[in-house]
Amino acid sequence: MYAQMVETGLKNVRSLDDMGAEERAFQERIDAGVKIEAKDWMPEAYRKTLIRQISQHAHSEIVGQLPEGNWVTRAPTLKRKSILLAKIQDEAGHGLYLYSAAETLGVSRDELLQALHSGKAKYSSIFNYPTLSWADMGAIGWLVDGSAIINQVPLCRCSYGPYARAMIRVCKEESFHARQGYDIMMSLAKGTPEQKAMAQDALNRWWWPSLMMFGPSDAESVNSAQSAQWRIKLFSNDELRQRMVDQTVPQAEYLGLTVPDPDLKWNEERGSYDFGEIDWSEFHNVLKGNGPCNRERLRTRVKAWDDGAWFRDALVAYADKQAAKAEAA
Amino acid sequence: MSKEWPLWEVFIRSQHGLAHKHVGSLHASDAEMAINNARDVYTRRNEGVSIWVVRAADIVASSPADKGALFEPSNSKVYRHPTFFPMPEEVKNL
Amino acid sequence: MDNKVNYLLRLGDNAMILSQRLSELCGKGPALEEDMALTNVALDLLGQTRMWYEYAGELEGRGRDEDKLAYHRDAHDFKNCLLLEQPNGNYADTMMRQFFFDTWHYFLIRGLLSSSDARIAAIAEKSLKEVTYHLRRSGDLIVRLGDGTEVSHARTQAAADELWMYSGEVFVYDAVDNAMVEQGVAPAAAELREQWLAHVASIFAEATLTMPSPDAWMQSGGKQGRHSEHLGYLLAEMQFLQRAYPDAQW
Repeated sequence: MYAQMVETGLKNVRSLDDMGAEERAFQERIDAGVKIEAKDWMPEAYRKTLIRQISQHAHSEIVGQLPEGNWVTRAPTLKRKSILLAKIQDEAGHGLYLYSAAETLGVSRDELLQALHSGKAKYSSIFNYPTLSWADMGAIGWLVDGSAIINQVPLCRCSYGPYARAMIRVCKEESFHARQGYDIMMSLAKGTPEQKAMAQDALNRWWWPSLMMFGPSDAESVNSAQSAQWRIKLFSNDELRQRMVDQTVPQAEYLGLTVPDPDLKWNEERGSYDFGEIDWSEFHNVLKGNGPCNRERLRTRVKAWDDGAWFRDALVAYADKQAAKAEAA
Repeated sequence: MSKEWPLWEVFIRSQHGLAHKHVGSLHASDAEMAINNARDVYTRRNEGVSIWVVRAADIVASSPADKGALFEPSNSKVYRHPTFFPMPEEVKNL
Repeated sequence: MDNKVNYLLRLGDNAMILSQRLSELCGKGPALEEDMALTNVALDLLGQTRMWYEYAGELEGRGRDEDKLAYHRDAHDFKNCLLLEQPNGNYADTMMRQFFFDTWHYFLIRGLLSSSDARIAAIAEKSLKEVTYHLRRSGDLIVRLGDGTEVSHARTQAAADELWMYSGEVFVYDAVDNAMVEQGVAPAAAELREQWLAHVASIFAEATLTMPSPDAWMQSGGKQGRHSEHLGYLLAEMQFLQRAYPDAQW
């Protein structure tokens, strides 16, 4: 989701009988719902997969500051500006919590950032779309953070302790994000005709990318199955996506807005909404770098990093000088 | 790659707390910056009164096999709590 | 315009414009921890802005609320000092602007705690902790950048030299400021300036930076609505939505 299509590097999921003693003990702990902590023994594949998953999530939070940062200087009231600043600050904070969690697995934050900046590491596809109007601030909070919550709440129970605890902290703050987004949509939806049109336009542009956030159907995915066995992925992509649709459609109806899906229909038998085909070629293209904003997003982050090198180096130099003085004293 | 800022673990004792709790980590070039950064990262929602920062490298931990502000709360930032946004009764899941 | 309303707008506009400048940096800082810190300061300042504007609007009695004041005045009606509207530049420029402002702001807010106007004293009381922290933070960074590497030292010195001529405006009192002093609302310039110079000198010494001469020529005019060319663009961006959709509630 924020971590889409995470590779485990494994070709098949093994049963307890096929595992060595250490791994079996490890898996049994997971099955019993006991948390794995940083210094515990873990299969290399588990460690690597978690690093990928957690860091993708962290990168998403950091890059996610940019689409909203794009409107903070133009927020239409001081109150909205304050709220948006607080949200962006939260996102930076979430990135920090997540990098912290990833670092417990034996990788440094600088290494992770290097991977992001070089294009090797991914971040959520959703942040490669442009924010074109103030209504996008509403749509992002409502749909994107809304989707994030659906993904993150189960992760609060995942097997890796530091990640689960980071998620608990993140989730506490995330519901504020979703609500503030919906609050913006409500103001617009009951505003002037132009505002209502702005809201509808934002929904039209953010709906499908939000559904794509959950990733393609993974019923056949070995990666997903392995992650499920390791309890670092607790529900399938389709289940989470369905949850998001079922939850969000009534919210859109309340706003008097139309979900841009002619095939959207309540299915009484399933007790869920049927919805239209997702254009997965768009998703794969965006992941490949062909989304509307991929280049800008990455360039902005790389520039901030490169331009900031002298600053980071200066602080290290000062600290070293002080340490040398202390030693000499 | 230039020298990375070291990793620090952060412990916060909240206003009515009895002991410092580990809340996470951050990178900073020295102790003063670590305290400042910890305040910014970990005390945004009425969360902390006393902050400890320790270099991660200085922490000695038991082996799992062995089982077993300065800063004041920011009362004015009310809108951070989800209950601040009244959601209509009819709207679920928010 | 009533002197006190004018004075309140000066305070509010300083915080508003600086907050706006800092908001431009969202997600673009040199480290994640800096992104957090910058946004934190921007948010704090915005909170203070709103308190000043609210009071100004009430006193004025023309029905202007905080948003009317922020979004519907043109540049010549803004009363912020020139320092705050200077562009972000590189990070040394950003932090030097911040440090010069934070130092004045800290001593000012402390002075306002004993204002004869109870509401102003209350706002100052609420702002004190934030402003104290801002000064601590910006001072810490100036020391580290000044006494860091040769590159950081050079940039920080250049920033000090460049922004110095904007640092004195806050101490150049006109009839409005003087009325406030006479009424016991605000502290006098001389004392504030002395405190400011002493603190800046001490931080600069620690930072191995050279403080420019206190007698250097100082730019002014911001308080009286005569701004640099920067402010027009800043406001155009900030005010766009309210200007484009005058009937809308957000």
